[in-house]
This record gives sequence, C-alpha cells and structure tokens, in this order.
Amino acid sequence: MHWRNHGDGWGAVAIALHWLSGLAVFGLFGLGLWMTGLDYYDSWYRKGPDLHRSIGVLLFIATLFRLLWRFVSPSPPALASHRPWERLSARATHALLYLLLFALMLSGYFISTADGRSIAVFDWFSLPATLTGEHQEDLAGEVHRVLAWSLIGLVALHAGAALKHHFIDRDSTLRRMLGL
Amino acid sequence: MKKILFGLLALGMSSLPAQAADYVIDTKGAHAFVQFRVQHLGYSWLYGRFNDFEGRFSYDEKAPEKASVSVTIDTASLDSNHAERDKHLRSPDFFDVKKYPQAKFASTAYRETGEGRGQLSGNLTLHGTTRPITIDVQQVGAGEDPWGGYRRGFQGSTTITPADFGMDYDLGPASSTVELILSVEGIRQ
Repeated sequence: MHWRNHGDGWGAVAIALHWLSGLAVFGLFGLGLWMTGLDYYDSWYRKGPDLHRSIGVLLFIATLFRLLWRFVSPSPPALASHRPWERLSARATHALLYLLLFALMLSGYFISTADGRSIAVFDWFSLPATLTGEHQEDLAGEVHRVLAWSLIGLVALHAGAALKHHFIDRDSTLRRMLGL
Repeated sequence: MKKILFGLLALGMSSLPAQAADYVIDTKGAHAFVQFRVQHLGYSWLYGRFNDFEGRFSYDEKAPEKASVSVTIDTASLDSNHAERDKHLRSPDFFDVKKYPQAKFASTAYRETGEGRGQLSGNLTLHGTTRPITIDVQQVGAGEDPWGGYRRGFQGSTTITPADFGMDYDLGPASSTVELILSVEGIRQ
C-alpha cells in the first residue's frame, strides 16, 4: 500500500486519518452524552470532560492535517460507475462533514475558554483562550449540542451511502477506503 | 383651583409624621452585592454572586419596624468565576435559568433586635418556588455622599437549603445548604 493517494485508490495516510477520525467522532459523541449526565461524585466527573477536550483538540489538529493532505496528495477520482447526482451529493456531504467538524470543535473550544481559561490537552500542552465574552459558554454550549447531533446525522447519511455502494451497487467505494 | 388643591395637599403631607424614606439599591454604581457561598466537598468555601439585580428598600430610623425591601435577581447573571461551572449552575441541574429567569425577595416584616440590627422576614422566590426566609440584617452606615445624595447601607446574611426550592442536585452532605451574603447600599430618592 502507498502512503499517498494514487490513481484509483486511497493511500495509507488518508485511510488511517479517515477511520481514526470516525472513531474519534463516535467516541467524543458518546463520551459527551454520557459525561454531561454524570453526578458530582462520579470518578469520571472530571476525567470525562478532560478526555473529551483533549481528544477534541487532537482531532482538530488531525483534521487540519487531513485537509492539508488533500492538497499534498489529491483524492482519487470517483468511480466511473458513480452517477452525476451521486458524485455531487458525495462532494456536498464531504464538504459539509468538514464544515460541521470544524464548527463543532470550535464551539467546544469556546465553551471551555469562555472565561479566558486555556484547555489542557492531556499533560502535553495547553491551548490558550482567544475570544471571551459574557454568556459565551451558554451560547457555545447550545451550538455544540445542536452541531453534534447534526454531525452524527450527516455521518449516518455518509455511512449509509457507503453501505449502499457496497451492498446495492456492489462497487468498490467502501473497499477502497478499507485499503482493499 | 388645582394649585390650591395641590398646595393644601402638600401642606397636609408636610404636617404628617416623617415618611419612611425610599431608597433605590445602587446597582448602577455596583455598590450592592448578592453573593453566596457553599462548601466544596466539605473542604473549602466556594463563592459566587449574581451580577444583575435591582431592588429598593424603605427605611425610617424613627420607625424601623416599617422597613421593607424588594429585590429582583437575574438568575442567568450567576458568576462563580468559572464559565463551565456557571453553565452547569444555569442548567436544569440547578437554577434552570431558562425556565426560571428571575429570583425575587419581598420582605413581609422587620423586627429590630438592637441598635441598627434586626431580622428581616420575607418571601424568597427561587427556582419557581416561594418560601419564607429570615435574613439577619445589620446597618453598616448612612449619611450624605460627596455628590449631593444621601445613602444608607446594610449587610445581611441567611442560610437556605436549595433542595427546599426544588434544586436537589447532590453536591454532598456538606453542601446541602448555601449561605447568602448580601451587601446593599441604597440612594435616597
């Protein structure tokens, strides 16, 4: 397998970033839902949000790198069998996935940094606050919740489309992203 | 005719005993504070405050028992110096500020217990629940200010149990009660 994307397939870097991002998105979504309902004396009451923030920042960096990688190593063209409406909706969905991801991660950042506190990413480094304002945490929190559900909805569409290509169209769309 | 009527009215009022003076709590100049403190785990005190509120009181030194106070607090203005905690405190787990945007206190009686000291009884509406509370009050001082006005200030404190008002999120046994620490300065109208 190649590192870079090539003529008709994805390279190892793109494949690894894709599946790790997917894992992180589902993990963060589940963790986010679970941790906001924990009671004060739960041992995860502090650990959960710390982990959520840390992984979120790492996903942000990974997603920035992923976009950069698309320029360094252009995505393989759509399969010849894909119809024009499929190509168009796939492009739109991918663009919206990136947009939602960034908006979601930014809104999360604005919750935790609303009062000027920085975000500690594990014990490795900390991300400083930038914009701060009154009731920023409430607004950012509301946006974060709505965007999280929106992203999961769009991910379901994305995954559904991949399964449709695999099981109904019986083409190599999904296998290609598995490096097969 | 009207002028005479007003004149008589004014004369009549001036001959009555001194009226209780009305004061507006100086929130504009922020010489008033609605603060609370609650124990954290039983190991330390956590302080917070409400930044936005308004209120007035009336007080007559010659008839302190007639004193009355009313204050309205914007619950969303809660500030414990930590945005994420404030967000949690504003949520339905605690104040539920979307549903209950205001807290109110209206006094019902004042009993002087000593020179410039007393007990202020009244109804506190918090989290949509109204319950009677009693606040220990002490006058700090009163007199002319340097800008042509007249001011009077009090401090007050009381302890409430949030669960009594339907806020029953469990913060542990040491944190089941909250102290309210009030500091108000009124400008005489």
